[in-house]
Amino acid sequence: MSSVHLNGRTVPVDAAPDTPLLWVLRDHLGMTGTKFGCGMALCGACTVHVDGVPTRSCITPLSAVQGKSVTTIEGIDGKVAHAVQAAWDKLQVPQCGYCQSGQVMAATALLARTPRPSDADIDAAMSGNLCRCGTYARIRAAIHDAAATLGGGA
Amino acid sequence: MNAFFDDSGIDASRRRFVVASSAVGAGLLLGFHLDTGGAKPAAGTAAVRANAWVGIAPDGGVTLVCQRNEMGQDVHTSLVMLIAEELGVDPARVRVEQATVDPVYVNTLLGAQITGGSTSVRDGWDSLRRAGATARTMLVAAAAAQWNVPAVECRVADGHVLHGERKLGYGALAAAAAKLEVPADVTLKPRAQFTRIGKPLARLDGADKARGRTVFGIDVKLPGMLHAALAQCPVLGGKVASFDAGDVERRPGIRKVLSIGDGVAVVADHWWVARQALADVKIHWDEGAAAKLDDAAIMAALEGAADEAGAVAKQAGDVAAVFAKTTPIEARYTCQLLAHATLEPQNCTARVGRDGVDVWASTQFPQGAQGVAAAAAGVKPEQVRIHAQFIGGGFGRRLDVDYVAQAVAIAKALPGTPVKLIWTREDDTRHDVYRPPSLHLMRGVVADGRLLALAQKMISPSITNRMFPGVVKDGIDGFMVEGAANLTYAIPNLDLRTVIREIGIKVGYWRSVSNALNAFAIESFVDELAHAAKQDPLAFRLAMLEAMPRQRAVIERAAKDAGWGAPAAGHAFGLAAMECYDTHVALVAEISGNAERVHVERLCIAVDPGIAVHPDQVVAQMQGGLVSGLVNAVRGKITLAGGRVEQANFNDFTLPRMSEMPAVSVALLEGGDKPGGIGEVGVPLVAPALANAIFALTGKRIRSLPLADGGIAIG
Repeated sequence: MSSVHLNGRTVPVDAAPDTPLLWVLRDHLGMTGTKFGCGMALCGACTVHVDGVPTRSCITPLSAVQGKSVTTIEGIDGKVAHAVQAAWDKLQVPQCGYCQSGQVMAATALLARTPRPSDADIDAAMSGNLCRCGTYARIRAAIHDAAATLGGGA
Repeated sequence: MNAFFDDSGIDASRRRFVVASSAVGAGLLLGFHLDTGGAKPAAGTAAVRANAWVGIAPDGGVTLVCQRNEMGQDVHTSLVMLIAEELGVDPARVRVEQATVDPVYVNTLLGAQITGGSTSVRDGWDSLRRAGATARTMLVAAAAAQWNVPAVECRVADGHVLHGERKLGYGALAAAAAKLEVPADVTLKPRAQFTRIGKPLARLDGADKARGRTVFGIDVKLPGMLHAALAQCPVLGGKVASFDAGDVERRPGIRKVLSIGDGVAVVADHWWVARQALADVKIHWDEGAAAKLDDAAIMAALEGAADEAGAVAKQAGDVAAVFAKTTPIEARYTCQLLAHATLEPQNCTARVGRDGVDVWASTQFPQGAQGVAAAAAGVKPEQVRIHAQFIGGGFGRRLDVDYVAQAVAIAKALPGTPVKLIWTREDDTRHDVYRPPSLHLMRGVVADGRLLALAQKMISPSITNRMFPGVVKDGIDGFMVEGAANLTYAIPNLDLRTVIREIGIKVGYWRSVSNALNAFAIESFVDELAHAAKQDPLAFRLAMLEAMPRQRAVIERAAKDAGWGAPAAGHAFGLAAMECYDTHVALVAEISGNAERVHVERLCIAVDPGIAVHPDQVVAQMQGGLVSGLVNAVRGKITLAGGRVEQANFNDFTLPRMSEMPAVSVALLEGGDKPGGIGEVGVPLVAPALANAIFALTGKRIRSLPLADGGIAIG
């Protein structure tokens, strides 16, 4: 029996160590906010934070997160995450919404690291996250909006 | 109007309201049926009806049923706004419930319970407002009776009926209202009195989607649920000949290995285990007729129909007479196969029990899902309950229900146990129903600076022949003539034809369907003819639109927003315009670069849907539609070799990414008196506008999609 430190709690997991974290989250733990899109780290729908770093859970085996802290869309919290989700609401970003968990996780990690990202910073941080509906313009605007909110409150 | 299924459509003269009021729990459920009498079945399934639902609980809580499926296009909000406007409730405070499969929810523009064809708001514009108004009228009548005052003296606000100082909540009135006769007709608000339609409102599903709380089909969880992975034949249409599962079925966590004809499924406690085990199952395939198919064979099939007369989509004057006098300019355009690439891979959860069949799926066609599930389980359609879920991208892919039939076939082998089938991305790319390829043979003559004659022969396989046999009549597939039959230009001699030529693989509806195919050929060729006539492409088009003020207005607006006529040094513009699903749209693309490489700088779209029910989401659909348009225009393609699709994942079927996004401007005009379609309108014009811009910049005319294969790099 393995375990995973997930959203602030240690959770036992009965899965083979080579099971991708994505499927541990979705099938073993029933946490379906993290999405399956490609299985090859090409779309970003499965993005979680591992020790704060945006990570593609579809290619990350359970064994690789032993002793590390995993945060998913269900557990994301704090000032930056709240600013990102508030900006998502304000700019009305989601369409189908399937990629949005991954987008929010990637955007939150970006702003935690780079409080005032340039468009080039956004391109670099967000181009691994596909949006098939094409919400990119609103994602960009929402990241700038969240940055302004966070900067204003500092 | 988009009544391609009009052979099965509603006979308006026979419409009448029938009462279907019944108590649900302690509350009131008002059902408004449009009885269609002897209407014929649509698409070989259920009868044609239309309906809307309003539920009111004793505490005043309002439940509105969404009769279409939410895939990003905003029906969960837009359709609710229509009912709420007339009912007199705040849409942000209602509960939205997804419709079950029922003839009352049939889309009257399509003749079946389908979400597609940019029809949801157009279909519901009158009927959903009328449903809200009917409920309101009955609630007002109940209050007026209780107060013993004339109903006309009462008004409604935020779920209450008011008269002077008196006020009663809908919850308190619902039981009495349900006993009243349903009014034969109701008065709808004039547009000037709208308080919800056309006003800002946060998407009702938006907050959940930003927090990972939305349940898509792939997220469905049920007690005791098992998970299935499926290996399908690498050759399209191939079947399982035999398989050897070795010891796989005896491994821990594996419950069953079985063939369902299309493929071999492994059912396990967890999907990853099932997927891994599948690699150890040896499958012998019967590859079938498509095994020799490749791109050259597909194009040869289309070419082989070049001499067929085809069916007329739109005609005027006498093109033959013009072409006999003046040798026409000729050109040949082609469009490619495309995958839908919904980000949520195809999946379905099914349970086959003694009490019937349950299906949980992301689907645009719940009625079709019910039909195929019934066939796969060997039961009657009414024994199948479809639980339609939020859709992680549709784009037409989920009008097909192949994955539903598969899931039910697998679940049938494990009676009473829910089984969730999930395709991999590779399955999804290689077993799609692809956007059909097309060949367009164009001829035109210009004289005195104007377009004198235009002819197109569009050759393509028919999606509708496969999905709705019988709907194609006299060689006309209503979806193939989209983008041609609705041509807006006044051209004295016109001959637009389609020829159906099958290619041996399944093709499917892809966002905007043939609008994208025909608009690429026609709007590119019209640009060629403008240059041949030595006219500015903008002026050349406007001269043909004297009788189409809304079409002129969108073209003029897009041109103004882009700064048409005065490109920066090293930049160029391309224009394209059309009418699409009752909506007028024009696009100007601005590019920069040179004959080796161009960069898409900006897309300026102007759109007139008549009335915008939810304006911010009309803008969102334009922004997103343009990105789908880039998929079609720039580099998206599916290719075949040996009957196998050569692409598999997002490394070889590449989608536009954040870093590639051009600047986009959207101008929303409202020049009509009812809403047009929105969900697909942003897609078709990207390819011709870019091709026209590339010609303006480089002098090179690219007549084949994707444009990046045309000898000039785009990026």
